[in-house]
Amino acid sequence: MRIALFATCLADTLAPRAAIATTVVLERLGHEVVFPAGQTCCGQMHANSGYRDEGLRIARGFVRTFADERFDAVVAPSGSCVAMLREQLPQLAGDAGDAGLATAALELGERVFELSELLVRELGVEDVGATFPRRVAYHPACHSLRVLRIGDAPLQLLRAVRGLELVDLPQATVCCGFGGLFATKLHEVSGAMLADKLAALRASGAEVCTAVDGSCLLHIGGGLRRAGAATEVLHLAEILASTEPAAA
Amino acid sequence: MSASEFAERAHVALADAQLRGNLRTATGTIRARRAEAVGELADWEQLREAGRAIKERALRHLDVHLEQLEQTVTAAGGAVHWARDAEEANAIVVRLVEATGAREVVKVKSMATEEIALNAALERAGIVAVETDLAELIVQLAGEHPSHLLVPAIHKNKTEIRDLFRRHLPGCEQLGDDPAELAEAARRFLRERFLRARVGISGANFAVAETGTLCVVESEGNGRMCTTLPETLITVMGIEKVLPRFADLEVMLQLLPRSATGERMNPYTSLWTGVTRTHPPDGPQQLHLVLLDAGRTDVLADAVGRQALHCIRCSACLNVCPVFERTGGHAYGAAYQGPIGAILVPQLSGMREGASLPWASSLCGACYEVCPVKIDIPRVLVHLRGRLVRERADAAAAERAGMRGLARVLASPRAYRLAQALARPGLARLAGRRRAPWWARPAAGWLAERDLAPPPERTFRKWWRGRGSR
Repeated sequence: MRIALFATCLADTLAPRAAIATTVVLERLGHEVVFPAGQTCCGQMHANSGYRDEGLRIARGFVRTFADERFDAVVAPSGSCVAMLREQLPQLAGDAGDAGLATAALELGERVFELSELLVRELGVEDVGATFPRRVAYHPACHSLRVLRIGDAPLQLLRAVRGLELVDLPQATVCCGFGGLFATKLHEVSGAMLADKLAALRASGAEVCTAVDGSCLLHIGGGLRRAGAATEVLHLAEILASTEPAAA
Repeated sequence: MSASEFAERAHVALADAQLRGNLRTATGTIRARRAEAVGELADWEQLREAGRAIKERALRHLDVHLEQLEQTVTAAGGAVHWARDAEEANAIVVRLVEATGAREVVKVKSMATEEIALNAALERAGIVAVETDLAELIVQLAGEHPSHLLVPAIHKNKTEIRDLFRRHLPGCEQLGDDPAELAEAARRFLRERFLRARVGISGANFAVAETGTLCVVESEGNGRMCTTLPETLITVMGIEKVLPRFADLEVMLQLLPRSATGERMNPYTSLWTGVTRTHPPDGPQQLHLVLLDAGRTDVLADAVGRQALHCIRCSACLNVCPVFERTGGHAYGAAYQGPIGAILVPQLSGMREGASLPWASSLCGACYEVCPVKIDIPRVLVHLRGRLVRERADAAAAERAGMRGLARVLASPRAYRLAQALARPGLARLAGRRRAPWWARPAAGWLAERDLAPPPERTFRKWWRGRGSR
């Protein structure tokens, strides 16, 4: 399969290891990964902050770059970006009266996937040949859980990783408090939500917290770092890419 | 756009450890009960869809249903009054009470009368309004406003309630803080008022256009007292509460109690249709229905926002909202709190009030997941943020300029790559800091709560390019 990688602006700029790992995993499974260089951002932050038209302008660039017949699928290491592109964009474009963009987004949306749903649902793979002998807690990011409804796909992948011990995260489905500009506009509320997520992580005994959304991980990781906690955050792709018996 | 009003009130609430403890326990308990009650029904999702469809149909032909309701209520012996806004509604109710000569009214818990601040209007006219729902009574005695649609005193614990009762209820100076004892004290106080009341005031959960039937659901029986004992009953109801057919109640009365209190059925469901014509008469002989618009028809004009009017006030969205759980209802500063408040309050006021509320959400979607009539609250929140940015051009000029500039960068691959390179040294200097320097003010909120990691050695696209020339 020829898979176009949408790295997302966040992973491209701040967390490239998630996009690198996505490439590594898909290539290991025998797929061809391409990276259209014209890509930037999905427009989610603007769209969700009241700047719909600006968000649509950015998203139009995504559609232009990825609406290419030669790509069998488009993958992104971010549930919320995929939720924006697949679920929100057609709606927003429709509300804004841009029927052309709405239609194009709907058509393209059929081929846009978050990494774990691409692997489990589309490619039928659970064991990607990874080894990761550490204690891991999975945080189900809200948009992957409630908008994309990826369900247990990440857990299925994690259970197939050799050496990995999956621990229960208390109150796992409660939001971590990121929420885009919410994290800065209402930073105290966001911080209170984060504190509870960090407490849950501590209680779980996990060495690593993973998720399918880089933005949640940036927020949780920043909180762990501020608290001086030893727990590490890793994108699901990074765990799936890992083959070293003593990975770190 | 500014989230500051909510942020300021949230700041106070977040510092109150007692409040956060009360809320965590209370919302946690209701959440678990709801989940269990909903889990019992195999057809819950179909019920939600049916509920959504009923409300959508009711609102699509609202004018027709309301006129039919006026006809059926009138035919059954009631009188219907139309109120354009809160002021008109309050004036109508005051006039109706004054016509009876009564100086005291007993009230059923009602969100509509809270919305229009009826109690204050009655007080100005020298009429005492007694809230008869236990929690509403507590809030009234404390001189406060409800902090939760359904559990108005959720912010209070039993010791605080005991102290209030000792101070305000006659003969209760020695009261203990056992919940049964507290309830008994309230019961004795209220019973006297029920028995002497000549006017009852209620809201309505539903009104059936087909039959002229009004419906109130409640748990304590106080509503049944207020709607049956006084000679005069005045019901104030938002126009969106009308249901076309009696059979629609079959769906709504399943959805509401399970979503609200986690009960299969609420303890008291009162339905009344006009006045009885028996001899001697039974129940109120003067029946008034005040139909309240107060911004609702304007909300209907917004194709995305209008679904907020589907709300049946179950409060499930409050109980699952991680923001509400941490800030409580007073942070919303309005009659309607939580996620539904955040989409109702600004719309009902023509975007003049509660303009900070659409930002009081991380858009996690938990509210949409539990809403019994499937209001897509996150979608409406995002939509309202957009309306506020467009319609309130005065506010937040700096943010607007910043977001527009950033959009231009993100819409252009060349500008984006350049910005990536330029941002790196700045990001490196912010790593590990707790306060934002003057040149990085937008990062202040981020740095206040969490660290920024040092930027990576190279961007993904640099890695990709390096790999291509292997």
